[in-house]
Amino acid sequence: MIYYLIGVLIMAAFSYIPRFLPLTFYRKKIESPYLQSLLYYLPYAALGALTFPGIFHATPHLYESLAGATVAFYFAFRNKSLIFVAVSGMIACYVAYLIMTYIH
Amino acid sequence: MLTYKTGLKKGIPIALGYFPVSFSFGVLCVSHQLPLGLATLISFTNVTSSGQFAGVNLMLSQSTYFEIALTLLMINARYFLMSLSLSQKIEEKMTTLQRLLISFVVTDETFAIASLESQPLTFSYMAGLMTLPFLGWGLGSLCGELIMDLLPASVQGAMGIALYGMFLALIVPPSRKSKEVAIVVVLSVALHCLLHYVPLFAFMGDGFKLITSILISAAVGAKLYPKEENV
Repeated sequence: MIYYLIGVLIMAAFSYIPRFLPLTFYRKKIESPYLQSLLYYLPYAALGALTFPGIFHATPHLYESLAGATVAFYFAFRNKSLIFVAVSGMIACYVAYLIMTYIH
Repeated sequence: MLTYKTGLKKGIPIALGYFPVSFSFGVLCVSHQLPLGLATLISFTNVTSSGQFAGVNLMLSQSTYFEIALTLLMINARYFLMSLSLSQKIEEKMTTLQRLLISFVVTDETFAIASLESQPLTFSYMAGLMTLPFLGWGLGSLCGELIMDLLPASVQGAMGIALYGMFLALIVPPSRKSKEVAIVVVLSVALHCLLHYVPLFAFMGDGFKLITSILISAAVGAKLYPKEENV
């Protein structure tokens, strides 16, 4: 039990250290245009890599994920709100699941 | 000015996406006979997915504390970059205590949402943005531990897509507006798929694959299409 508690403590510490160090102590403005550009593109790059290929494996069955991904992509392309896109994707997954269960 | 309520709303899809993941984390821990409550404790103190799964794996094989620390540090190295990026976007007047508090729930998702805001990030907004994901993450594990099978698998499955739906809503419109952003997004998607599916790269951990794809594509974008002041 002690082993697990110390283990969790170490895990927590090494999850927190990289998060708080720059945010708390780096108070200057980054001047380098290259670094500024890098930081500008960072969230887009992060979101792209976070979405794919994860979106294909987001649900237990590939067909559910594909249905959800297609519908969500369509509404995202139409500039719908975050919540709308997220919920429409969930509904599409669930409907795809119901249809496939019915067919089988 | 960005308010608590604005942040809270944007946290909803994140929390929805987190819940089933941390739920399965809770189930996983209990099914491996870890002490009851440990999964919830881990989720509330770590607030990160890949790091937690890796850490528990290591503890199950009775690894040394040093191995746990080193693995977690490598998996979580990306947060250093995200935290640095956020340090440029938060209000200058934010106090040290406030900075320490919001650092606790810097995740891939909260970072991405926060850094796409055009106004300076206030403490209220960050606190709002992080409230529901933090609760969703911690309570998801608690439910997973206690009930194991609270939600039907079909509903759990459908919830998994919410997070990705939100991501699409965040990257598709700006990619339509800016060719540069679109190229960076496509590059990062291609790289991450490549690292994920080509067996040659199986030796890389998931966190390492993610940070490699992100860094290379953002670096290429910055090299090819430098941004002027005030980005």
